[in-house]
Amino acid sequence: MLKNWVISMAKEKDFPLIFEMSKEGRKGYQLPELDVPDVDLDADFEDEYIRKEAPELPEVSELQIVRHYTALSKRNHGIDSGFYPLGSCTMKYNPKVNEEIVRLPGFSFVHPYQAEETAQGAMELMYDLQTSLENITGMHQFTLQSAAGAQGEWAGLMMIRAYHESNGDTERTEVIVPDSAHGTNPASAAVAGFKAVTVKTNERGLVDLDDLKRVVSEKTAALMLTNPNTLGLFEEEIIEMAEVVHGAGGRLYYDGANLNAIMGYARPGDMGFDVVHLNLHKTFTGPHGGGGPGSGPVGVTEEMAKFLPKPVLTKKDNQYTFDYNRPDSIGRIKPYYGNFGINVRAYTYIRSMGPDGLKQVSENAVLNANYMMRRLQGEFELPFEQHCKHEFVISGKKQKKMGVRTLDIAKRLLDFGFHPPTIYFPLNVEEAMMIEPTETESKETLDEFIDALISISNEAKEEPEIVQDAPHTTVVSRMDETLAARKPVLKYEKE
Amino acid sequence: MQHRYIPMTETDKKEMLDTVGVTSTDELFADIPEKVRFRGELNVKPAKDEHELTKELTQLAAKNVNTKSHVSFLGAGVYDHYMPSVVDHMISRSEFYTAYTPYQPEISQGELQAIFEFQTMICELTGMDVANSSMYDGGTALAEAVNLSAGQTKRSKVLVSKAIHPESMDVIKTYTAGPNVEVVEIDVKDGLTDLDHLKAELDDNTASVVVQYPNFYGQMEPLKEVQELVGEQKKTMTIVSSNPLALGYLTPPGEFGVDIVVGDTQVFGIPAQFGGPHCGYFATNKKLMRKVPGRLVGQTVDDDGRRGFVLTLQAREQHIRRDKATSNICSNQALNALATSVFLSVIGKRGIQEMATKNMKKARYAKKALEDAGFEVLYSNRFFNEFVVKLDQDVNHVNNQLIDKGFIGGFDLGKVDESLKNHMLIAVTEIRTKEEIDQFVKELGDIHG
Repeated sequence: MLKNWVISMAKEKDFPLIFEMSKEGRKGYQLPELDVPDVDLDADFEDEYIRKEAPELPEVSELQIVRHYTALSKRNHGIDSGFYPLGSCTMKYNPKVNEEIVRLPGFSFVHPYQAEETAQGAMELMYDLQTSLENITGMHQFTLQSAAGAQGEWAGLMMIRAYHESNGDTERTEVIVPDSAHGTNPASAAVAGFKAVTVKTNERGLVDLDDLKRVVSEKTAALMLTNPNTLGLFEEEIIEMAEVVHGAGGRLYYDGANLNAIMGYARPGDMGFDVVHLNLHKTFTGPHGGGGPGSGPVGVTEEMAKFLPKPVLTKKDNQYTFDYNRPDSIGRIKPYYGNFGINVRAYTYIRSMGPDGLKQVSENAVLNANYMMRRLQGEFELPFEQHCKHEFVISGKKQKKMGVRTLDIAKRLLDFGFHPPTIYFPLNVEEAMMIEPTETESKETLDEFIDALISISNEAKEEPEIVQDAPHTTVVSRMDETLAARKPVLKYEKE
Repeated sequence: MQHRYIPMTETDKKEMLDTVGVTSTDELFADIPEKVRFRGELNVKPAKDEHELTKELTQLAAKNVNTKSHVSFLGAGVYDHYMPSVVDHMISRSEFYTAYTPYQPEISQGELQAIFEFQTMICELTGMDVANSSMYDGGTALAEAVNLSAGQTKRSKVLVSKAIHPESMDVIKTYTAGPNVEVVEIDVKDGLTDLDHLKAELDDNTASVVVQYPNFYGQMEPLKEVQELVGEQKKTMTIVSSNPLALGYLTPPGEFGVDIVVGDTQVFGIPAQFGGPHCGYFATNKKLMRKVPGRLVGQTVDDDGRRGFVLTLQAREQHIRRDKATSNICSNQALNALATSVFLSVIGKRGIQEMATKNMKKARYAKKALEDAGFEVLYSNRFFNEFVVKLDQDVNHVNNQLIDKGFIGGFDLGKVDESLKNHMLIAVTEIRTKEEIDQFVKELGDIHG
């Protein structure tokens, strides 16, 4: 049966590119008629500035376009297609009503430069969202300007840099990052002009406090931390860590990638963090969009507030204004006011959940993860024994001994209709699989996934080839990534 | 209370707690030190049901003037263009919008191919060799280009035309603070970058020269002359920010031999959304392929020899290279890149030219109508779809009156340049009708008195 599938799939031809469907003279658009007198444009420009060859864009009809992109969508797996337990990415349900609200003309078709008096509704929403995020995280003030988590990290570090400089502290050149951290942490530190220094993880999967004491110095600008960390474990010694870093004059940066685990249970502001970024496209259901757009608001303590990017949204006598007069600000980090469209979705979500709902989100996300972890730990090696938060990491070490790598297991999961977990990350666990179920998945779905993983592990023992050669049911089989990198073809060229 | 987004029942919960071996979920949070355990209730508004919330937010949205309620002549980087219905329909396919970054190519061919098509279209428009899968927006794309040039040339000074978008200038200043690059602003003369000033500042420590084409005032910068000037300094790069729609008419920057072209594709089917999300693009020559920030999709074959697409050259990126990455960018604007691809498929090879020229013709009609009504219009006739008009009073004051007449007026240039107080930047796109333009000119004339 499976073999037949493989044969029939192999017969599929190359799926056409939109350019290959193009035919001269066909069109998919209709522009308004020219109802003003025609003029000779070319008279205004020197010949060398007038384009001679039209760009090779496709010439296709509207239905052809609809069929093409519909077919492409069917070659893509989203949360709506099936379970998506991609660790550290919080692939939860993206509510439909959010999509409807953001498309209201009064949100969708508002220009960033129209008079503030004519955009009060949009500004009120932004202000209310900022206030909600301040309360959820225990921070003093938020900006919504950063476009994504990585931009938030960088902006936060720039504020920390400005803070130290304002104290005449110009020798703080290092940012400490755990070895389990997401790659954006050290990358953001570098872009902000810092040197990234690594702190080790101990045998319990937590930051090694002794190692932290060793690497902290008068050069320390900040410690960047995700809590719970990327292993899904809560940093129990957070109070001591904050004391160590603050004691040396450094600041604490909170990467909010894993906030989905602790809403209503703990707040980064109370843990001693000075700067926080959130990923509204994770915890607050802005869809991931196939890689973006996201939104990465940044919250700070009162002492850091004057460094926030400008403009800062303020409220006075029930009027909202953008304050540009911020002499200590790190400056503008993005044109206009952030990814408003994603912020509208996040706001709609927060208002749909309320305080109890948000706490229940974290409660259920954590229970779902612990349930999966305990059911899987007999079959797969579990590197850290304690309860996890919203995600956990297991290792495919045992299966690797049978010749089946974690990559193979991930590919085999595709045959069961699941998106695989995050694999080979964090870097400090061998053959890592990082699983984050989120709170929006039912127990039945979790059980199906667990059963699939266990049956794949059994296949590894009995007929490893079926795992090694997976996937068998997808529209394409494994890709030659070496070829792609060695002979890069990054655009279509007409033969 | 059971929420519609949360499927766990009491029975599920009990069974799961049993499996975990605890009696309550509180035990799962016992690792949070009591000192930092939050025991209160989050101070956010109580939940509203779907109907009530939709009603409330619809009323909130209705407070905002928008381009459906008013006729807009406002641009300055964000424009009101033709929005083919298919664009939103296609990006509303939830297999696209609820997917993550396409790290598993076997089940992400749809997204990967769409990005590959996007990269191709951007190369076609700009005349460049390589385009990435998108950046946050035109402003940050430009700032990333500036930092790339400093890293690549190992030089620490950049010359940036004051005729670029003022917010892009601000973003460049913030982005260059990290790597400590000096930004020298090049003056504007008659609405164009002052080439004499540029020449005077250009030296062997100049990493790059940055211009916008067409520039913030709508004027076409003489790219050929800029490129000739820059060419005198070996290694110095030319970075151009371009409204990609204008490239339906203007010679693409790539043909002049520039190094990097960036911009924003908001003009291609993406709503204004109070300033975001829009969609930055980033295109370079072949030499810089391995320095490009962000994700790139490449063509390859699968085990059975079929064509397919993967994320490639990832050794540039943060998740592999960490602090040595070419940028820290991770999330980008993939869904809006998809919108761009759909739009460019709609408009096609002929349509892009037709759309560009209709913008220019309607803008020229508006310019003439204003001149006929006695207004002074600044600068040369080498403009795209925006031009500067001198008023006899405060632009903000004029715009407030225009709102009451059903119009969103142009951009107040006095906000960014004291010498252009009482000057309005007016954008006229292909969807403005003669009637709307005539009425707008009449209202402006009446206010002008």
